[in-house]
Amino acid sequence: MAAPQLVLYQEEFQRLDQALKKLRQEANARAIFLIDKAGQQIAATGEIDQFDTTSLASLTAGNVAATDGLAKLIGEREFSVLFHEGERDHIHISIVAKRAILLVIFDDRSSLGLVRLRVKRGSQEMDHIFEDMQVKRDKGAANPTQSSPFSEITDEDIDALFSE
Amino acid sequence: MTFINYASREINCKIVYYGPGLGGKTTNLQYIYGKTAPEAKGKMISLATEADRTLFFDFLPLDLGSIRGFTTRFHLYTVPGQVFYDASRKLILKGVDGVIFVADSQTERMEANIESIRNLEDNLSEHGFDLQTIPYALQFNKRDLPDVAPVADMYRTLNYKREMTFEAVATTGVGVFDTLKAVAKQILIELRKR
Repeated sequence: MAAPQLVLYQEEFQRLDQALKKLRQEANARAIFLIDKAGQQIAATGEIDQFDTTSLASLTAGNVAATDGLAKLIGEREFSVLFHEGERDHIHISIVAKRAILLVIFDDRSSLGLVRLRVKRGSQEMDHIFEDMQVKRDKGAANPTQSSPFSEITDEDIDALFSE
Repeated sequence: MTFINYASREINCKIVYYGPGLGGKTTNLQYIYGKTAPEAKGKMISLATEADRTLFFDFLPLDLGSIRGFTTRFHLYTVPGQVFYDASRKLILKGVDGVIFVADSQTERMEANIESIRNLEDNLSEHGFDLQTIPYALQFNKRDLPDVAPVADMYRTLNYKREMTFEAVATTGVGVFDTLKAVAKQILIELRKR
């Protein structure tokens, strides 16, 4: 299969969560989201209750995909950073570990320069976490005894989902 | 790409509705949205033109309940069906777990259906997917209209790999959930194999 499934375990989730919290503090951001390129939220921190996080994740992924398409059309590999400037709030979007999207929402308590700088540093740490996730996943695939809880899904389990 | 989150105990899957322009992909989503309990769905997003044609995609997040302690969440997307939006269509297929092809049953749209399936095959392969192996269902929509092709003819022309095929009238909901269930099931069964 082309896109391997993404598996997030508690340990890496906590590391990512910590990294996001730290970045949020350093960048003085309102909220930060880490989103998979297919549009699913991986982790988030900050004033997340203020936003429709599912829609945000899906639209961000669509935005990045469209921008990637634009880049290729003019012969660029990618545009690694996107910035949307609003009257009050602004959005900084960047790619982490080639497969995830980091979305930073900030207002005038911060600045584009500060966000850019902190995101650059914070991304390196997240790159490492994603590398570790990949290693863990490869190990899991090589070791079938450590099977996923879904290997035992029964037809009844699946039918039960659609029982209403 | 199925996303399994052990931290929040969720499985996230992506289903894409594909098919020719004005075939009823958005109507499928609208019906599902209308019939789903508020707590089981998120906001439906439609990126459409002023004339209500899909410009980029429609998006509907749906919770189906839990399986083995994991909440199963399906993200439903439609593509823009009009031929000239091919670049956008390709993008929506990124990370797809299953595809529903919504065919327009009207005789005059048969060519458009065939062209769209070919286009689906090409665009999937650009992402490294194979229509032969990906979870997939076929829907013959608009069965209520007067000038529709016989089901047997459509099956012969459009069925790709003996996939499950459903007659539908998306405006009234006939066949809509059956088609969705068929693909969702295949995706979960795939999960078991991995």
